[in-house]
Amino acid sequence: MKARARVVGALTRRALNEILRVPGAALPGVLAPTIFMLGISSVFGAAIQLHGFGTTSFRAFVVPVGFLQSASFAGAATGVNLARDIEHGWFDRLLLCPTPRVVLLGAVVSSASLRALLPSSFLLAVALALGVPFPGLLGILLAAVLVMGLAMAVACYAVLIALHFRTQQAAPLMQVGGFVAVLFTTSYAPAQLLTGWLRTVSRINPVTHILTGVRQGFVAHVTWAATWPALVSLAGMLIVLGGLAARALLRTGA
Amino acid sequence: MTRAVLALARRALRNVLRRPQFVAPLVVFPSLMLAANVGGLSRTTSLPGFPTDVHGFLDFQLAAAITQSLLLGGVSAGIAVALEIEGGFFDRLLAAPIPRIAIVLGRLAATSVIAVAQVAYFLALGLIFGAQIRAGIPGALLVAAIGALAGTGFGALGVMLALRARSASTVQGIFPLVFVVLFVSSAFFPRQLLQSPARQIARYNPLSYLADGMRDPIIHTVRATPVLDGFAAAAGIAAVAIALSVLALRGRLGDT
Repeated sequence: MKARARVVGALTRRALNEILRVPGAALPGVLAPTIFMLGISSVFGAAIQLHGFGTTSFRAFVVPVGFLQSASFAGAATGVNLARDIEHGWFDRLLLCPTPRVVLLGAVVSSASLRALLPSSFLLAVALALGVPFPGLLGILLAAVLVMGLAMAVACYAVLIALHFRTQQAAPLMQVGGFVAVLFTTSYAPAQLLTGWLRTVSRINPVTHILTGVRQGFVAHVTWAATWPALVSLAGMLIVLGGLAARALLRTGA
Repeated sequence: MTRAVLALARRALRNVLRRPQFVAPLVVFPSLMLAANVGGLSRTTSLPGFPTDVHGFLDFQLAAAITQSLLLGGVSAGIAVALEIEGGFFDRLLAAPIPRIAIVLGRLAATSVIAVAQVAYFLALGLIFGAQIRAGIPGALLVAAIGALAGTGFGALGVMLALRARSASTVQGIFPLVFVVLFVSSAFFPRQLLQSPARQIARYNPLSYLADGMRDPIIHTVRATPVLDGFAAAAGIAAVAIALSVLALRGRLGDT
């Protein structure tokens, strides 16, 4: 068990080292969610005049979307890095080591959860500086848990794609999954203001519950009624996507 | 000269067709954002200050999606040139007995063809999902003409960056900047409804005039002022960007 924890720690450190060694490559992923939040709130801020947002600040309403985008980008980046390792042959050597493959998967996706905290922290700092109300300690902790969990779920999806296509050229496919999952929710407006098709999609999209869970602290108070659906949705995504990724990894080279 | 430009343009287009995974993001991401914007914010057409004669929010958003797609096309052209530099092909082109400027113009000719295809894709997408082009076929042709000119300009900016940076990952790194410039324009929403400081910046942002110029034939019949403003913005971007890319090419030749 201790040895496995060491493997997870070592692979996570390796993934995070990349941010320090090639900061230029990580910069767009760090800045993008904040740029998106600032842009969307500047452009569509007048939408708050429509009733039903539950807050008087459109910026506070869209900050949580930026958090989930951080998770999405971090998860996709993990898949792209894995595809690069596959192309360079490093991953084949990793598979030869005497460590269960599920542990290897755990190490790869856990790095995504930590990676997501960097753009999220930057986004939070900018949002608070611009007057978005502090969501409280509980709201922050819950947001962190949900963002890290979603990053792991998206990383599982990206790993699945990387193992299937075995090339970095599949990067757009990895990015588009998280992009759609986050945007096709109540990202821009509450459910009652959405167009019919998007309202239906957002109702069946599990990320909508996660977004509601992250958002509650920013627009009102943290309640159990909004928290448990978020946690259940996240657990469901992790089980399904993690299971598929583990299955793909176990079949690799078989 | 013309033969060299056409040959290089054909080569660039063939590369795009052979690797559609590189060109798909140019339309996929703007399409998804268009869907999310329209699905999430259609009710904003009832806000005071929103043009009252617009058929629907999709009609209004089409120009934004086209502008976004054209900007991504510029990034993509830059990445293609950077990859040619990294792979050594660009140096072989420099050694070939062709005018050096044909290397840049060939790439830009291909970019303008792709830009027309991008415009056609979004207009078709809009029509399929219920948008109307009020100015009809002449209006669609005007949108395509402004789009082609703007796409060439964005392509030239991408080429200039590639020639200066010589690294595909650096060119890729300007991707978030594309969104910054687009968000501080009136591409997505009427200028009078933008929040400060975006509203003030949008007045001086050429992308505002470019998007409004492409939007006008879609949501109105053709009106001279916005369309001419759109052409002027696209031509200005193209002229400045092509001049900068030629200067960057000279700088590169000086280095080699």
